Amino acid sequence: MSTTSSTIVNLPDQRTATLPKRNYLNAEDGLLSWLLTGDHKRIAMLYLISITFFFFIGGIFAGLIRLELLTPQPDLVASDTYNKLFSMHGIIMVFLFLVPSVPATIGNFVIPIMIGAKDLAFPKINLLSWYLYVVGGIMTLAALVLGGVDTGWTFTTPLSTHYLNTHVVTTGLAIFVAGFSSIFTGLNFIVTIHRMRAPGMTWFRMPLFVWSHYAASILMVLGTPVLAITLVLVVLERTIHIGVFDPSLGGDPLLFQHLFWFYSHPAVYIMILPGMGVISEIISTFSRKRVFGYTAVAFSSVAIAVFGFFVWEHHMFIMGVSNYSALVFSLLTMLVAVPSAIKVFNWAFTLQKGSITFETPMLYAFAFIGLFTIGGLTGVFLGSLGMDIHLTETYFIVAHFHYVMVGGMLMAFLGGVHFWWPKMTGRMYPESISKLSAVTSFIGFNLTFMPQFILGYLGMPRRYHAYPAEYQVLNVLSTAGATVLGIGFLMPLIYLTWSLKYGAIAGNNPWQATGLEWQIQSPPLTENFIETPIVDYEAYDYEWLAHKTEQEVTTVG
Amino acid sequence: MHISPVLWQFLVKWLTNSALFPREASTIAPYADALYFFLLLITIAGLALVGALVFGFSIRYRKERNPVATQVEGSTLLEATWTIIPLALFLVCFVWGALLYFRIYNPPTNAMNIYVVGKQWMWKAEHPGGQHEINNLHVPTGRPIQLTMISQDVFHSFSIPDFRVKREVIPGRYSTVWFEATTPGTYHIFCTQYCGTKHSGMIGEVTVLTPEDYKKWTEGSTSGMSLAQNGERLFASMGCNACHTGDAASRGPSLAGVYGSKLRLASGSEVLVNEAYLRDAILNPAQHITAGYAPIMPTYQGQISEEGLIDLVEYLKSLKTNYRVQQTLTTSESNQAAPMTPGVVKP
Repeated sequence: MSTTSSTIVNLPDQRTATLPKRNYLNAEDGLLSWLLTGDHKRIAMLYLISITFFFFIGGIFAGLIRLELLTPQPDLVASDTYNKLFSMHGIIMVFLFLVPSVPATIGNFVIPIMIGAKDLAFPKINLLSWYLYVVGGIMTLAALVLGGVDTGWTFTTPLSTHYLNTHVVTTGLAIFVAGFSSIFTGLNFIVTIHRMRAPGMTWFRMPLFVWSHYAASILMVLGTPVLAITLVLVVLERTIHIGVFDPSLGGDPLLFQHLFWFYSHPAVYIMILPGMGVISEIISTFSRKRVFGYTAVAFSSVAIAVFGFFVWEHHMFIMGVSNYSALVFSLLTMLVAVPSAIKVFNWAFTLQKGSITFETPMLYAFAFIGLFTIGGLTGVFLGSLGMDIHLTETYFIVAHFHYVMVGGMLMAFLGGVHFWWPKMTGRMYPESISKLSAVTSFIGFNLTFMPQFILGYLGMPRRYHAYPAEYQVLNVLSTAGATVLGIGFLMPLIYLTWSLKYGAIAGNNPWQATGLEWQIQSPPLTENFIETPIVDYEAYDYEWLAHKTEQEVTTVG
Repeated sequence: MHISPVLWQFLVKWLTNSALFPREASTIAPYADALYFFLLLITIAGLALVGALVFGFSIRYRKERNPVATQVEGSTLLEATWTIIPLALFLVCFVWGALLYFRIYNPPTNAMNIYVVGKQWMWKAEHPGGQHEINNLHVPTGRPIQLTMISQDVFHSFSIPDFRVKREVIPGRYSTVWFEATTPGTYHIFCTQYCGTKHSGMIGEVTVLTPEDYKKWTEGSTSGMSLAQNGERLFASMGCNACHTGDAASRGPSLAGVYGSKLRLASGSEVLVNEAYLRDAILNPAQHITAGYAPIMPTYQGQISEEGLIDLVEYLKSLKTNYRVQQTLTTSESNQAAPMTPGVVKP
């Protein structure tokens, strides 16, 4: 093997290679064997299909929103329709795509294997999570088909409880149900990580992907119930007029904001932490190096989870909260920004002295680092009290959270899907076109959302169906970017489907990565390991891997 | 070369409207922009640093140039560096932001107060002199203006981007914001909190006038009755003066000079009487009983509009003596005492 090649991809000889005869995909046949499975890998695939479906539904809404905003006049759809479009876009993307995206698909698939377990601790609860997700999804679709909902994804009271005449109750209950899916997934991860680690797999030998999921799981289990309670109160106020939030019924409208953001700010970390885990795995693998400052990265995940619970009021700085409590929350917001900065610098320094190659997952990881840095630093604008007054509720905030959620999380998700695709399916994705799609998404993304920062500073409010004509040029740029971005997202759907049949056979470890999941066959057996692995090396130990490969060659030869 | 007219128009628009920053039309705007540029600088520097590291290492340590990686554990010194420097920078942003926040949300004491009522989907402004405006707000330059705002239905948010001020307008609760306009002209008012169907139609204009023009405007558009005068009429017609007579023996406490004072309540607590307190005391009197009085005042929830409440509050603020209260009372009593005209059926 030539050492000067620019790739680490190491595939078996394609003329003789076949997929393993027995694997989790063909262990049992028939639709029922999938719908009643307890196998974490099959459940992960069920999730992958369902969240992809909802991602494209949410994406269509995003496309229609951008198309409407091409002109300042409200000319494509009626105001009510527009309001429903952005509400459904937000609800579907946040609750049915981003929250389950990495944890329920990639996390579900690889966490048990990474720690050397046969399955998650509660396989049936895992399946129940998926069913709850599906029920929540169907209820959301039902609300959509029956006429939609126009509360915005934030369900602001008393607008949602008193003034709107759309399917608030159905949607609220849908999210309530889907929330339990998230709680059960979190619970399953926490118990699995505590109790099911293979002999020798100590906490500090775990891949950072597992650490970040552990932190996200704590947020899911502790935060989501608050959202569930809040939504139940909204439904009760709407149906039987219990005055909790509506001041005309004696309620407190700010209480809703406190309760909602008490979940919805940690939810941001539920969404981003698993993505950060993906990035740690990818950066390490493609630079052939242990992640720089492993402990700092692991503990920064935990720090984000802990601080994440104490910053919710920064969504309410202009809402007439006490000036002094605003001070406290602004300070805490600044503190939560630090662990994210630590992570970014550690990733950058992982590259130093590495032996770097640039396969598609690495390109997505680079996109993540750049876009997440912008997303994170613009968050400091909003955490800074006086600046928040001008920027909040404008397109600046829209651009900021899309940089974190799409530029960060979605890029991490796509990077992760490409990275573990050979393990999940046993086949490689086509490399050149997938590189093209990564670059297309990156360019399209910046073209879509960079103009929105400027629009926001100029003062264009979010959720506006029509806008003053002077904002048009920037909106046209943004819509043009969205078209490019849409193509960037459609391409993987097509070529990944294609690769299921025509992709190159991947073999056990195409990336020569160190994780336990790469030491077993692709696709794995239903029981993952033939015998329980005994772990005597740390995560990202490439010398151990080289040694092992050498030994195998000697044994076989 | 032929250029398509659509593209041509777009380019012209781009060149004539390529503003990257809004106008600075209030005394606060330069302060906000200074912080914005500082934050922008941090962002660009941070991004450049991360970009330089990622690209630099990618070029220097790509597999072709560096076939074998050297394993490195980490470095406490580096970890400390990139913990402390960002933390220090973020703390500067915190302090700077906090100073700006207090500047924007603490009005000067000499500010002129204008009331703003938000409702789906319009802004109503009520000037102290009784001028009413819808989706428009006339203010003079060079004078601090405080807006006392309330919503009649859902959350709204009052935003003037060119002044860099914004505040949530909340149902059932006064919120305030202030500014001092510097340049005559018209500026956008946006509702920035999603409030239902016509959210994007809940827009208006601030018209900033020179003090002379403003004086002309106030004289030309007055309805003849100030807010306080409207309030006085309401005070009598709602029968408030029946109990709040100002006599020592009356059933309700005297209201003259109550605004701005510290009041001891029956619950034992002490409150500062401000606009919010007066509004609450009218709507929920049971929770605001002045010490020494019986809880007999009925609630006025649902009986007075927000505008009416503003009138009453303004009246009570202006009430320094009970002289006119008692005069009104005597007049109404003497009306009742007037002899019945024969032939008129008593209702």
